[in-house]
Amino acid sequence: MLYREAGQFKTSYGADQAIFAIPQDRVVFSLILVIGFVVVPLVASEYMLLTIMIPFLVFALAAIGLNILTGYAGQLSLGTGGFMAVGAFAAFKLATSFPALDVVPVFLLAGLVAAAVGVVFGLPSLRIKGFYLAVATLASQFFLIWMFNKFPWFFNYSPSGVISAPPRSVFGIAAVTGAEASPVAKYLFTLSFVGILALAAKNLIRGRIGRSWMAIRDMDIAAEIIGIKPLAAKLSAFAVSSFYVGIAGALWALVYTGSVEALAFDIDRSFQILFMVIIGGLGSILGSFLGAAFIILTPLFLDRAGLWFGFPVPVNVLTNLENMIFGGLIVFFLIVEPRGLARLWQIAKEKLRLWPFPH
Amino acid sequence: MEFLEAVFVTPFASIADNPEFLLEVIIGGLLTGVMYSLVALGFVLIYKASGVFNFAQGVMVLFAALTFVGLINLGMPVWLAFLATIAVMVALAFVIERVVLRPLVNQEPIILFMATIGITFFLNGFGQLVWGSDIKVLDIGIPKEPIIIGGILINEFDLVAAAVAGVLVAGLAVFFQKTTVGRALRAVADDHQAALSVGIPLKTIWVIVWSVAGIVGLVTGIMWGSNLGVQFSLSLIALKALPVLILGGFTSIPGAIVGGLIVGAGEKVAEVFWGPAFGGAIEDWFAYMLALVFLLFRPQGLFGERIIERV
Repeated sequence: MLYREAGQFKTSYGADQAIFAIPQDRVVFSLILVIGFVVVPLVASEYMLLTIMIPFLVFALAAIGLNILTGYAGQLSLGTGGFMAVGAFAAFKLATSFPALDVVPVFLLAGLVAAAVGVVFGLPSLRIKGFYLAVATLASQFFLIWMFNKFPWFFNYSPSGVISAPPRSVFGIAAVTGAEASPVAKYLFTLSFVGILALAAKNLIRGRIGRSWMAIRDMDIAAEIIGIKPLAAKLSAFAVSSFYVGIAGALWALVYTGSVEALAFDIDRSFQILFMVIIGGLGSILGSFLGAAFIILTPLFLDRAGLWFGFPVPVNVLTNLENMIFGGLIVFFLIVEPRGLARLWQIAKEKLRLWPFPH
Repeated sequence: MEFLEAVFVTPFASIADNPEFLLEVIIGGLLTGVMYSLVALGFVLIYKASGVFNFAQGVMVLFAALTFVGLINLGMPVWLAFLATIAVMVALAFVIERVVLRPLVNQEPIILFMATIGITFFLNGFGQLVWGSDIKVLDIGIPKEPIIIGGILINEFDLVAAAVAGVLVAGLAVFFQKTTVGRALRAVADDHQAALSVGIPLKTIWVIVWSVAGIVGLVTGIMWGSNLGVQFSLSLIALKALPVLILGGFTSIPGAIVGGLIVGAGEKVAEVFWGPAFGGAIEDWFAYMLALVFLLFRPQGLFGERIIERV
């Protein structure tokens, strides 16, 4: 590292428990925030904001949601896409039914709806676990998507089944959904939402609830014996996770793509987010961001790489090549570091702290 | 009210009106179920022997079928193409064991699961890169005429599929029960460490198991492929096999068969008689819901090993 914590002594429990215990860390993090909130909107092109930054943030939020459930509470879920769809459709229904409502409460309420649905589909986790549970969560995936496709009430009887997001603004300041919203406003709105929710997640995990989740993950029977209620812990994990995933779905549909359709949340989406969580690192908030960045950027990079080499590659060959490279990279990363990019970052930090001395 | 009637009255009325139709639906469903069982069988083999939840089974089916069709289209006779594809699947098993499984020994199950999803992506791209991604017709002379047995309409093809599945399961049963390798496989399935300590080479066993799963995948691919054509969607049948697995239990071969039959028949009956009440297309999720409800009462599946936990 460029800086070391030598000479900085913690004098209170509060200081010891801080998220950023060292002043330099706080400086670095503030810098990242400044870059995120000021520099990126000034510098980045519209294309970059709309196709890289916003989906990255939305995916990071969904990955945090799944990470809470799978990484912290140990309940493997393949139903993420379904819960995203719940958030998206709930936000759409709320926004169109109550046009006076601001975007922020719409999104929060959509998250709560998703949380309620998540609790219902989390009930089987009280009886089953591991891969049996994973397959059981697939039930929610298929059922929810089928439901949103089947009942016209959900998409306001639109004949095509695809609906565009109604234009809404945040606190009357700037439009963030609909056709007129500027990319910068969309980006800043998403960034604020994701930033606050990520902070909330970090604190939730450090608190009593988070510890009960981790106890359940590490060994549920032992956790039960030391007095953690599995019912409360598992269902709260499902609720909080679905809340996050639901808001991510709402952001995806209303802010990012601007259209709500159930097909965007199919089983592939669930796997994509599971990839982010695993590649980024199970049980790490930072990992969720790293994983999302990796999964978003790799296909873009591979797309470009074909152009760089200068030989024209037919589109279908390119897609297949991309699949191959992507699959290979996943296996490669799992072999190199099964605990993900967050762990690699940690190792790098530890190495740098000693550098240039070997011990 | 209307909905309740559509759920609780109409289906039973139509069943009572025409019980033969119900029988026809059930038999049709059972025969589809056989096909699900074939896919589930590949999963069970690998899960039993290595504890890996092999998501790539679906794409192995696709890859085997693509290779098989591709070789036939290159002008190979069917039997030679069959043998050549088996050779390819065995080679694939070698590569997977060496490149993916061996470095990941002793990792958590979820990591291995993710690795198999990586394999899924890779094979998907590779298979379609080599053989092209257009739909291919596979016709190796399985009859497809509908015939009438005892007043019930049955597709000949389904009967052939059932017979093939029966032969395959019988063959596997003999292989597992009577041969030395089969015994070694069962020993590994029971307890990895104990098997290692009596001198069973784990690595070889894994290659064998993945090869067998690949061959099962080839047979599945031929059956599904002659029915639907060989195309990308073939790999999606893996998703249909998952509820079969949890119904039957991850570790049980009879479970895969019985689970497949239950899912196949249940799905068809639900779609035909209860589908209209829900607006149709409930086949997509019915199997999962069935499995979910079932799991609430029996968490280890029908024939799964009882889960005993200690702190």
